[in-house]
Amino acid sequence: MRTGGCRWPLPEARGVMAAARAEAEAEAQAAVTALAVSVRDFVTGQQDGRAAEVAAGLKDGSWTVLQLVEALGFCLENTDPRVRGRGMQLLSQVLLECYSVLQEKEDWCQIGAAVQRTDSAGIAGVRCGDCVGPEVLLKWRVSVRMRVRAAEHGQQTGFRAKSPGALEEVLHLVLFYENRLQDHHLVIPSVLQGLRALSMCEVLSPGLAVSVLKAIFQEVHVQSLLQLDRHTVYSIITNFMGTREEELKGLGADFTFGFIQVMDGEKDPRNLLVAFQIVRDLIAKNYALGPFVEELFEVTSCYFPIDFTPPPNDPHGIQREDLILSLRAVLASTPQFAEFLLPLLIEKMDSDLQSAKLDALQTLTACCAIYGQKELQEFLPSLWSSLRREVFQTASEKVEAESLAALHALSACLSRSVLSSDTEDLLDSFLSSILQDCRHHLCEPDMKLVWPSAKILQAAAGASLRACHHITRSVLPLLLEQYTKHPQSSQRRTILEMLLGFLELQQKWGHVEEEESTLLSLQAPVCSVVFSALTDPSVQLQLVGIRALTVLGSLRGFLSPSDLELVVDHLIRLALCEEDSQSSEAAMEAAGSLAPIYPKVFSGRMVPRLEEELQSEQEEESSCDRCSLRQRCLQALAAVSTHTSIVRETVPVLLQHLRKVQKGSDAGSAQDIISVCQSLHRVALRCQQDAESCWYYHQAVVPCLLAMAVQAAMQESTHPPLGKALLQEEVLAAMVPVISAATTHLSPELAAQSVSHVVPLFLNGEVSFLPQNSFPCSFQPFQDGECLEAQRRLVALLMAFVCSLPRNVAIPQQEWLLRELLALSCSCNCPFTATTAAKCFAGLVNKHPAGQQLDEILQLAVNRIEPGLAEGLHRTQALTLLLWVTKALVLRYHPLSSHLTDKLLGLLSDTELGPAAADGFSLLMAESPDVLHKGCHADVRIMFRQRFFTDNVPKLVQGFHGAGPDVKANYLKGLSHVLNHLPKPVLVTELPTLLSLLLEALSCSDRVVQLSTLSCLQPLLLEAPQIMSLHVDTLVTKFLSLASSPTMAVRIAALRCANALTSLPTIVLLPYKARVIRALAKPLDDKKRLVRKEAVAARGEWFLLGSPGR
Amino acid sequence: MVGPGPGGGAPLENANPLIYRRSGERPVTAREEDDELPDIIDDREIFDLIRSINDPEHPLTLEELNVVEQVRVKVNDAESTVTVEFTPTIPHCSMATLIGLSIKVKLIRSLPERFKLDVHITPGTHVSEHAVNKQLADKERVAAALENSHLLEVVNQCLSARS
Repeated sequence: MRTGGCRWPLPEARGVMAAARAEAEAEAQAAVTALAVSVRDFVTGQQDGRAAEVAAGLKDGSWTVLQLVEALGFCLENTDPRVRGRGMQLLSQVLLECYSVLQEKEDWCQIGAAVQRTDSAGIAGVRCGDCVGPEVLLKWRVSVRMRVRAAEHGQQTGFRAKSPGALEEVLHLVLFYENRLQDHHLVIPSVLQGLRALSMCEVLSPGLAVSVLKAIFQEVHVQSLLQLDRHTVYSIITNFMGTREEELKGLGADFTFGFIQVMDGEKDPRNLLVAFQIVRDLIAKNYALGPFVEELFEVTSCYFPIDFTPPPNDPHGIQREDLILSLRAVLASTPQFAEFLLPLLIEKMDSDLQSAKLDALQTLTACCAIYGQKELQEFLPSLWSSLRREVFQTASEKVEAESLAALHALSACLSRSVLSSDTEDLLDSFLSSILQDCRHHLCEPDMKLVWPSAKILQAAAGASLRACHHITRSVLPLLLEQYTKHPQSSQRRTILEMLLGFLELQQKWGHVEEEESTLLSLQAPVCSVVFSALTDPSVQLQLVGIRALTVLGSLRGFLSPSDLELVVDHLIRLALCEEDSQSSEAAMEAAGSLAPIYPKVFSGRMVPRLEEELQSEQEEESSCDRCSLRQRCLQALAAVSTHTSIVRETVPVLLQHLRKVQKGSDAGSAQDIISVCQSLHRVALRCQQDAESCWYYHQAVVPCLLAMAVQAAMQESTHPPLGKALLQEEVLAAMVPVISAATTHLSPELAAQSVSHVVPLFLNGEVSFLPQNSFPCSFQPFQDGECLEAQRRLVALLMAFVCSLPRNVAIPQQEWLLRELLALSCSCNCPFTATTAAKCFAGLVNKHPAGQQLDEILQLAVNRIEPGLAEGLHRTQALTLLLWVTKALVLRYHPLSSHLTDKLLGLLSDTELGPAAADGFSLLMAESPDVLHKGCHADVRIMFRQRFFTDNVPKLVQGFHGAGPDVKANYLKGLSHVLNHLPKPVLVTELPTLLSLLLEALSCSDRVVQLSTLSCLQPLLLEAPQIMSLHVDTLVTKFLSLASSPTMAVRIAALRCANALTSLPTIVLLPYKARVIRALAKPLDDKKRLVRKEAVAARGEWFLLGSPGR
Repeated sequence: MVGPGPGGGAPLENANPLIYRRSGERPVTAREEDDELPDIIDDREIFDLIRSINDPEHPLTLEELNVVEQVRVKVNDAESTVTVEFTPTIPHCSMATLIGLSIKVKLIRSLPERFKLDVHITPGTHVSEHAVNKQLADKERVAAALENSHLLEVVNQCLSARS
């Protein structure tokens, strides 16, 4: 009993285990049944979805490969090729999905074993198939045995250490597939898929890749397969080339030959891209081409030049350009192709098709990168004659440019080749033949071929230093001689322009060894030619001379010190005395670019001369000449300030002159001050990049300007009638950019130092830092008082300074300052001062860090604006402040901005402020020149315009529909301002919703609305012709009626739109052609020339519509 | 009426002609921008209409080939008459009629109807000057020429803005 007692549970346990085993077996059985069902459904039920199920079951282990192959047995041995095909398809699809999971050795053992078992079945299947005879089978069996031996041999010789069993099993699988290549054609696509799966497998034993490829090359006629199956073959080859390069190379040229047969006759662009890539790899990875170079060239070059137009709505997205580049990479990949390719290229250059020409030229350029003398030698004469013809006779700039590029590449290629002692230098003979054909054309500066010849010579000379020497040695003396031979300035100009081209090439090679340089030996004649051009009466010749001078100056060591002085004298003369403004500007620009190379000569010779001219007070000349001479001096001073040491000379001269002219009070002196400010501004912009000169400039200029302005304002407050020029609005506006540009690029530490002086000056009247700071009374711009009006205007200068500071510079007493500005902007009667204060406030608010302080300040502003807008004397000021604060907040995406914008939208229905509010939308969207832009470190989010558009345009549209007739125009105006500033791509997508409104706006009688709507519609006509063509009837009618508007600008814009209409589809326009042409006859006789010009352009385009030769 | 068309493989009659510089765009004056003041049609305005016509053979304009010059353009706005003389590049130029036709068509399309147009060859610069002038002066023959779609195509190509 005891034993029984203890034995009791045992049978129970056994029972449990047995039950569990039974359960597992039942489960396995169920799984196998399910697999069998799936397989049957797939094969006979044609349910493709089952393949995924089978693969998923395999991955999660519900069944094994062994079971799958067993389940497939019935169909793999079926006599119906369709059923066999279906079976292979399932196996291949599963392999494709699972090849990465199945890389374990055991799996391969299983699958191999299973396949071996079905081997006989497979053979039976093949036997029943109608394509293979018994002798083939016999061969196959023999080959299997041999290959097994070969593979074992490979293994013994140490290819890869795999268990012999696994090796043999995988082998069997591969051989099974290879064998199936002989099966019925319905089965082949699935067999290829399976092979593709195997080709991606890493565990294939050595020799198998070769055997698979051999089988494909031997058994499959690839070009009779469908596109997808051909693609599969290319993929198999690509995969093997990627992983088994060594093995494939063992095949030698047979592989290349096999591939040539595979791709011969390919037509599908998708496959061609893959095939070209394979050829490129064959060449790049040094596969043996053996005797098949020409065949490989033939099989690819037959596609050249590519003539392929992708079908409309092509889902594959292959462009002509893809094929062209891919084929070019093949053709230009090896010098071995040269002997075949170059004749082909020469032939295609002679083609009538421009695309063929361009392709040939570009391919030639690409080839020159890898060719050498040997390849090119034989073909150089014919290449040169083809290229010469293209440059001399073509009508297309593109062909000309590509021909010159090819010539450049040829010359570079010949220059690069290493010479052995006994070969002749092809570069020399090539360049000599070019010179022979082109040189004489250079002597005919009036004829058409002079420029093409010069361009050819320059293209060849630009390729290398050697080529440059060869050509300039012959051409430069010729050009110099021709210059003296031809006395007419137009001819001299052409010659000098060519000379300039060659001088620029010298520049490219930098400093040239002295003994070799032909240029240096020609120094004297070159200089005399250039100097003679500078003194010629023809402006065009002068301009070329100035450009030549710039190039000569940049060739280091070319100009002697005495020449340099002569150069500077010429530049001064041209800049100051030459009547034509073009020459004068060019001379200043040249001085600007030469000054940093020779700073001493310019600061020692040019700056004193200019200073002298500015100071001389001779009145014998007429005052107008005097005035323009002074202008020129100021411009020249700014132009030459391109080097730190020169800036230190020119800034004091400019400030000195400013002090002198500001004493006057007439309009002329205001103009003078503005000119000085403009020059100072240009100098400031040049100083910005260099920290040292930036700080020097800031310290020298900002206190000086402030001191002068403060002094003027104080005198003003003591003697009211004296209208100081310095305090005029335009003058202050001209000083703003100077101070702003002097401040934006300061480093934060230096800016902080400066701000600690300037802000107390305005808040507390601290004048101590100003030069000459003894003033008659105190400076209190923010104080109340009648006579302080002049002082208040200087807020403009404060704005220029504080609004340009970097964002991380703290402004002392900022809250106080903001309050004062707010008060000034709301209460000041002078619009200039009020607007400036509003801008300054907005500029500071935009940069103010978010937080409670900002909220308080904004609340304060809102409290000021709302009652101000409601009523009273200062409604306009309140609107201005509202606009600027809104802009400051819209730019930085501040939440309060939408509240303020709504307020602005509400004002559009105000009869008094409505028009101004509408114009305000332009202010919100446009880039402001002095404050609130990126340059002065404002917080500007990139998409603010788009955001403003999406937030507010629906409200504008809604407001328009609800508005009374007298204020409707305000909404349209506001809308057109918003649209005008929107990026065009955004506008095009938003167009359908707005178009009806825009068309309505065309009927609006307001000139500004008409104009901005027309300028909005014109780009849309060009960019979205499809949408616009729906409204062609309305558009034609409106444009034609606006073409007789009383305002010239509207007529011009309407005619431009009528011209842009011609970019709509011709078929839509033809019904209107006669009517438009008749209607446009009237503006042809418009009283304004500018209108007639647009009418002529528009009418000409309408005549061409639907007419041959357009 | 006209010799073989341009392009193709045929060699050019004059492969290396003299070329001249283009005059720049006419600068816009303050007067022209004033809405009130009328601008009369002057020689330069007519010249601007025809100077950019493309030559049928060369990728050059009539101005660059000096076929048309401003001094050979006369206009009288008050009497509504325009006279244009053009100079073929060589005396036996087979394109002369075609060039004249292009100038004439351009002026017909671009000038108000009130103008009477006279387009002819500069005296003594072409071998068959009289025949060409007669053709160009004959309204019906000009109209008939424009019915010919091949001819119209060449004329339109000469008048198209160069791309």
